[in-house]
Amino acid sequence: MAPEPMLSIATSLQPLRIEGLVKRFGKLTAVNGISLELNRGECLGLLGPNGAGKSTLIRGIVGRVIPDAGKVSVFGDSADSVGARMALGWVPQDLALYPRLTCRENLEAFGQYHGLRRAALKTAVAWCLDWSALADRADDTVKNLSGGMKRRLNMAAGLIHRPKVILMDEPTAGVDPQSRNRIFEMIEKLRGEGMSIIYTTHYMEEAERLCDRVAIIDHGCIIALGTKDELVHAAFASRSEVLARFENVDEVVIAWVNQRGGLFDNGTARFTIEHATEIGGLLDAAAKSGHELADVSLRKPNLESVFLHWTGRELRD
Amino acid sequence: MIFSIVHTALTALRRDRGALALSFILPIAFFTIFAVIFGGRRDSTPKISVIVVDEDHSRVSQKLINSLGAESLSVNTRPAPKRGVQQSDYTAVTAEAAVKAGTAPVALIIPRGFGENPVSFGGQQGFSLQLLKDSSDMVAPQIITGLLQKVAMTAMPDVMAEQGSKYMDEYAGGLTPEQRKRIADNLQELRRRENRENGGAESEHGLNGGMPISVTARDVVGENKNNPMVSFYAAAIGVMFLLFTASSAGGSLLDEAESGTLDRVLSSRVTMGTLLAGKLCYCSLLAFSQLALMFVWAWLVFKLDFIPHLAGFVIMGLSTAFAVGAFGMLLASTCRTRAQLGPLSTLVILIMSSVGGSMFPRFLMPEAMQKAGLLTINAWAIDGFTKVFWRDEPLSHLWPQVAVLLGVGVVLFVIARRLARRWEYS
Repeated sequence: MAPEPMLSIATSLQPLRIEGLVKRFGKLTAVNGISLELNRGECLGLLGPNGAGKSTLIRGIVGRVIPDAGKVSVFGDSADSVGARMALGWVPQDLALYPRLTCRENLEAFGQYHGLRRAALKTAVAWCLDWSALADRADDTVKNLSGGMKRRLNMAAGLIHRPKVILMDEPTAGVDPQSRNRIFEMIEKLRGEGMSIIYTTHYMEEAERLCDRVAIIDHGCIIALGTKDELVHAAFASRSEVLARFENVDEVVIAWVNQRGGLFDNGTARFTIEHATEIGGLLDAAAKSGHELADVSLRKPNLESVFLHWTGRELRD
Repeated sequence: MIFSIVHTALTALRRDRGALALSFILPIAFFTIFAVIFGGRRDSTPKISVIVVDEDHSRVSQKLINSLGAESLSVNTRPAPKRGVQQSDYTAVTAEAAVKAGTAPVALIIPRGFGENPVSFGGQQGFSLQLLKDSSDMVAPQIITGLLQKVAMTAMPDVMAEQGSKYMDEYAGGLTPEQRKRIADNLQELRRRENRENGGAESEHGLNGGMPISVTARDVVGENKNNPMVSFYAAAIGVMFLLFTASSAGGSLLDEAESGTLDRVLSSRVTMGTLLAGKLCYCSLLAFSQLALMFVWAWLVFKLDFIPHLAGFVIMGLSTAFAVGAFGMLLASTCRTRAQLGPLSTLVILIMSSVGGSMFPRFLMPEAMQKAGLLTINAWAIDGFTKVFWRDEPLSHLWPQVAVLLGVGVVLFVIARRLARRWEYS
């Protein structure tokens, strides 16, 4: 029997595997022993507030920071190998583009840096322009593009060499809702093609929409990992969340909320209940204690609830 | 209110180290450099080097040479010893070659027969001294000519008196025997006094010298040039602006680092070494193009002899562009931000340019400053271009300049590569 081609062997390995990654900047530990695996065709969300260590983790994967400990492998190859570099695509958080070059020239430049030449380069540039819906602006200089277009080009530049694994570091940062939707469509198209994606964001709704699994990161550690349902179930089981807003918030109210097992955050008290009927008891108890409620709502816990549950604070703090 | 505005501005200035350096260090640095060049102490004033060829070998010619040597001149009658071996005296031919090669800016030829009839007094009777000069140095020939007249008047009074009376006798209708006797007695007294002062013996030759001394100057370098200083300034100004260009071009590296583009590039197959080499090529190409444009402009507008010196220009241009490009890389990799690069490059480039001869010819500087100039790219580049365009030297004579510029370029690039490691990983 003929041996399997090398490519097949390589592609049969895990697209990305991170083992015990640690990165310190002086006294600050930005990434604290993170281990993670990305499956083929999966979109894994890294959800966490600013400064949680998401970008450092991404930079560690693409070899832009030297880890103090741990190992990153891409299809079994060390992350700093040429093979890994070709397999990885990186969309940095900053607009890493040449502002005085056109869209096409930018893509050509980054394509050439990845070793693409002639027909392959031309094809890749055409694909990227089409994918990012910038074909009609191909010959405009970057500085003349709108913010959303720059973001799309920034993403396209990370995919010019058609990588198998793509790392997107907050690709929607600073764009308007319309552009954000367009970017979602672009990412969903990649998912449809079976690309493995790591997607960092601090927008819960993005993670919920795009990601198969979500890793919640805080202070350089993964505090929860799984599908949205798994995470919610792990934190809340079958319980629901009651959000209560008080007319007057003072120390007495906060103490009362804590006493009832709730969390007070950003002017809103959050309680979990097993059955909807428990809301009545909660309202009675508030009335008896003399606390006037302005608004009460019941909802199913989401990723933000999970984050709050594990960290005691909101995602966008 | 005004106090608040002043206080705010001063605080901002104090925190902008680059602007602070430009405000205080640069003026002091420049003042010091130009004070050393123009206002240095007397003992640091450069001695003008003059080659003297004595074809006459008379007492008068020897006296003239000795008198010149006593002035603020460096009189050389023969080349410096080579490997301890004394060289033979300069001849008119070797002296001219030495001026062409830039060994000295001036050569003085004392022709045979000069001692017998040195006086001209504006007429045609006297022998004329020949001054072979490099026309790029407009100062040295003037000084030599002036000093020749001075030493004739002060160091050879007997010769002047005798020649004067001779002309008086010839053109004023003749002297009486009594007048001739008195003049002869006075001349004897002058000679005795001079011998006493010099402690020497009276010459066996007759004293028939005279003065003022006629000097015929001839350009042996640049004699056929349309505009003698154009090539010098094309190189001098060109190199200075090349340094600025390279610094700015190197700054693109900092722009890329700040924008995050550098990270993206380095996450591809491009390594830091490849990236720096590419940037070096870009800086060098830009510098060479700028230099080429400047010389072509000088050719078209100022009639510089560009085409006959094209090969020399290419060799010197590429060497200079390489060194300058590496310099730009080093500056960029030394700085952390564009804001740092601006003041630092201005400071370094202006100092290099003033010491290295881009603002003021080095041959007019004190010797110590001339030597200090050799630490700059400017000096070596200007020397090389001068050899090509001014002295018409063969290409093989450019090897010291080319070797130094290429060597400097390599060293600067290696240092830049070392410093750029901070961008590779964090």
